[in-house]
Amino acid sequence: MTEKRTSENHQYKLVRCRINGAERETMVDVRASLTDMLRNDYSLTSVKKGCEVGECGACNVLIDGECFNSCIYLAVWADGKDILTLEGLMGPDGKLSDIQQAFIDEAAVQCGFCTPGVIMSAVEILENAEKTGREYTRGELRKLLSGHLCRCTGYENILNAVEKTMKKRLAKKAGK
Amino acid sequence: MGKREEELRGESGREHVIGKSVNRVDAYEKVTGRAKYTDDLCGRSSYVAKVLHSTIAHGYVKSVDTSEAEKIPGVVKIVTCFDVPENYFPTAGHPWSTQEAHQDVADRLLLTRHVRYYGDDVAAVVAEDDVAASRALRALRVEYEELPFVLDVHKAMEDEAPQLHEKYPNNILAHTSIRNGDYENAIKEPGLTKVEGWYQTPTVQHCHIENPVCYAYMEQGRIVVVTSTQLPHICRRVVGQALGIPWGQVRVIKPYIGGGFGNKQDILYEPLCAYLCTQVGGRTVKLDTSREETFVSTRVRHAIHFHIISYVRPDGTYAARKFESWSDQGAYASHGHSIAAKGMGCFPQLYPCSNIEADTYTVFTNKSVSGAMRGYGIPQAMFAVESHTEDVARAMGMDSYEFRMKNVIPKGFRDGFSKNVNYYDSIRECMEKGKREFDYERRRREYAHQTGPIRRGVGMAVFWYNTGVWPISLETSACRMVLNQDGSIQVQVGETEIGQGADTVFAQMAAETLGIPFESVHVVSSQDTDVTPFGTGAYASRQTYMAGFSICQTAELLKEKILETAHDLTGQIKENIDIVNGNIVRITDGNHLMTLGELATEKLYSLTDNGHLTAEKSCQIKTNAYSFGCTFAEVEVDIPGCRVQVTDLLNVHDCGKLINPALARAQVHGGMSMAIGYALSEKLLFDEKTGRPLNDNLLDYKLCTAMDHPDLKTSFIENYEPTSAYGTKALGEPPVCSPAPAIRNAVLQATGTALNEIPMRPHLLFEEFKKAGLI
Repeated sequence: MTEKRTSENHQYKLVRCRINGAERETMVDVRASLTDMLRNDYSLTSVKKGCEVGECGACNVLIDGECFNSCIYLAVWADGKDILTLEGLMGPDGKLSDIQQAFIDEAAVQCGFCTPGVIMSAVEILENAEKTGREYTRGELRKLLSGHLCRCTGYENILNAVEKTMKKRLAKKAGK
Repeated sequence: MGKREEELRGESGREHVIGKSVNRVDAYEKVTGRAKYTDDLCGRSSYVAKVLHSTIAHGYVKSVDTSEAEKIPGVVKIVTCFDVPENYFPTAGHPWSTQEAHQDVADRLLLTRHVRYYGDDVAAVVAEDDVAASRALRALRVEYEELPFVLDVHKAMEDEAPQLHEKYPNNILAHTSIRNGDYENAIKEPGLTKVEGWYQTPTVQHCHIENPVCYAYMEQGRIVVVTSTQLPHICRRVVGQALGIPWGQVRVIKPYIGGGFGNKQDILYEPLCAYLCTQVGGRTVKLDTSREETFVSTRVRHAIHFHIISYVRPDGTYAARKFESWSDQGAYASHGHSIAAKGMGCFPQLYPCSNIEADTYTVFTNKSVSGAMRGYGIPQAMFAVESHTEDVARAMGMDSYEFRMKNVIPKGFRDGFSKNVNYYDSIRECMEKGKREFDYERRRREYAHQTGPIRRGVGMAVFWYNTGVWPISLETSACRMVLNQDGSIQVQVGETEIGQGADTVFAQMAAETLGIPFESVHVVSSQDTDVTPFGTGAYASRQTYMAGFSICQTAELLKEKILETAHDLTGQIKENIDIVNGNIVRITDGNHLMTLGELATEKLYSLTDNGHLTAEKSCQIKTNAYSFGCTFAEVEVDIPGCRVQVTDLLNVHDCGKLINPALARAQVHGGMSMAIGYALSEKLLFDEKTGRPLNDNLLDYKLCTAMDHPDLKTSFIENYEPTSAYGTKALGEPPVCSPAPAIRNAVLQATGTALNEIPMRPHLLFEEFKKAGLI
């Protein structure tokens, strides 16, 4: 963010970024959070608001491959970044990613409000596991997912979904 | 074995969808981010409303100066407590009663001059956007006349205590009693051991991840409210009452909701939002609550203080028992006394005893309003009762498992009031299964004599629960089914999907009775009071049981119509044909006559005998059903660190036939999780000096994360419930009822310290371990 806010009249800034694979640009209020921008300007409503202060994890998205609570990430910081939300996870032909399918198969979804954020964290965890070939223990997965609050599932089936997908990916990698 | 039970057990050779762990009907929408919740549906050009909350615990608003706020660009309308209509309305999500004596207490106004807790609603701002609304709130100047306030239930009952509501002297909203036998005489029996205990449960919050949110707009002279509610039809009635308009002038739409757990079983800000909409020409007004507002100004779980005395014979049977409880209602009646009353009601049933004296009081205090929360008084009561049971067994030198086995509700027990019957020996069966699967006895022996700073212990607790609200309130369900040209159907019920998986099990029921594939059933997830059949919504643990009746009846009716049509089209007599897997089949030889799709298409486009095949049934339900179970817990206690970690947890339930085992397990996981927080970490704190809530956010209020749980284990006994349409009964709330006392009893085994308060936070453990000489 190089421009400085000089008055009430100059509080908008152009943000150019990549969202779910497409180059996008829009003027945003410099006070807006990334959550606001994604929801209001791009209708990416998988990005949920649960606390708006970075406590619950419902607004979690990937920015350049790394998880962030978008509610405490200013929209203007997203300039030049590559952002992935849950809407961008499905393949172009409509095929679900393995982790989305695992959430369905393991009954890891209940009210579904924390689900988008959790799945995006799972994406990061799984990619790290694959990259490093490291199989996280159940305890490590608990820690890696502890930035997300869920009141419905007791995290049990969420952990099952992430763990099973990780094992499948690692087995596939080892088989190659 | 009954006919339907035989069928469901698969002994009639049919393929069944009931009892199968099919995937949720809404899972795809939810894992792709396409499921739309209230805020996702609201247009971005809507006005934003925000509420100004009181910053004193008790007093009168003398004035609200709006002049500065009105100057803020973007402010559209400011409404204060001096502007709103004087229509007192109730907020509890109970079915309405046409008998005045059974109606909920109507003590709320849209905004109030008499503020009764820190966070009460004083004024509201409507603005063009969030920023303008927030700035306007900060610019409002409120002058108060402060009154003394009271935060403690016992102090609130004293004669000189500040009075919250004129009609309720000593702040007692209600006091009810049970008198069975002759307690005073029974305690004179020689040789009795007296065991007495006081138990305290905390104020906790539901913490659904979606905060309550609604928006309202006017259309053709009527108000439409789109809201994250558990009960759209009740919301419609309360909005009508609050605004003093005919109920038909209100239409409520409920989209997907991000959890409710009872908080959204109250009508929260929907009436205010609807009113504000009428004040700005019917333009769309959105009222979203922040997390902090959700904690303070929506609803919380009643903190209840218990006193139990038991007189026990040397053989370990109860001679006489006394139960007293004081339930902290907070500032307004909401669900009122029904929570404390339910907690007391289970006392004579769980461990029957001939001589019982029980009293329970619900008392107003100047704190956040208590309402319904998953378990409705039973998690509180079970903490007290099952902690006490453990203490009694210890006092008698008996094994607490055996003591429970000896005294717990017997098979055949019939409750005189509800007419509930314990058709099976449910609790004992659950206990035996749990003991085996948890390897409880071995662990109990192993942990019996420990020393050192880190110790383990196991404990258990049972729970009492029931399914619906009959005969205290109305139980009803209505359903509509519409047949499509391809043989698929739409199903609508008033019972709502709030995350539990209701839509999925409804689809399974419809598919089962109609004889069509599960995939051919489309449950309309969103309720709209203009088109959804009347139903009272998600509360108690009623929906699978109650909706089961109307789904079953509606499916039978639709099937009847389909078979009549099949007779017309094929000439076969109705008795010889059936619908099997979406096909019209002659059952005498299994001959496939036509598909249901062919039948539906023919009927819908017939030039001679056209018709749209639909069915609708509404039924009142005059039964209720027990749902019992137990929890086994293992803990590791770090004595010098004053920390308890749950290392193993098992819930065993008899909730009848499982419609969907995978979803049943998931439901139990969530309840266990909520109960771990209840036992160990969750408590909404209030400042003694000001009445201000201190930890009204998800950082300071300690909700469990994935790190705070062991793997959650579940187990079921499927005793077919004879009163139910599909053999099923309560599972929504039961899982949260018994883990807290089981954890407490495990800590007792580990440390010898009987903790009579939850949450068992380090603060409490330090005090208690110090008293016990452990540190």
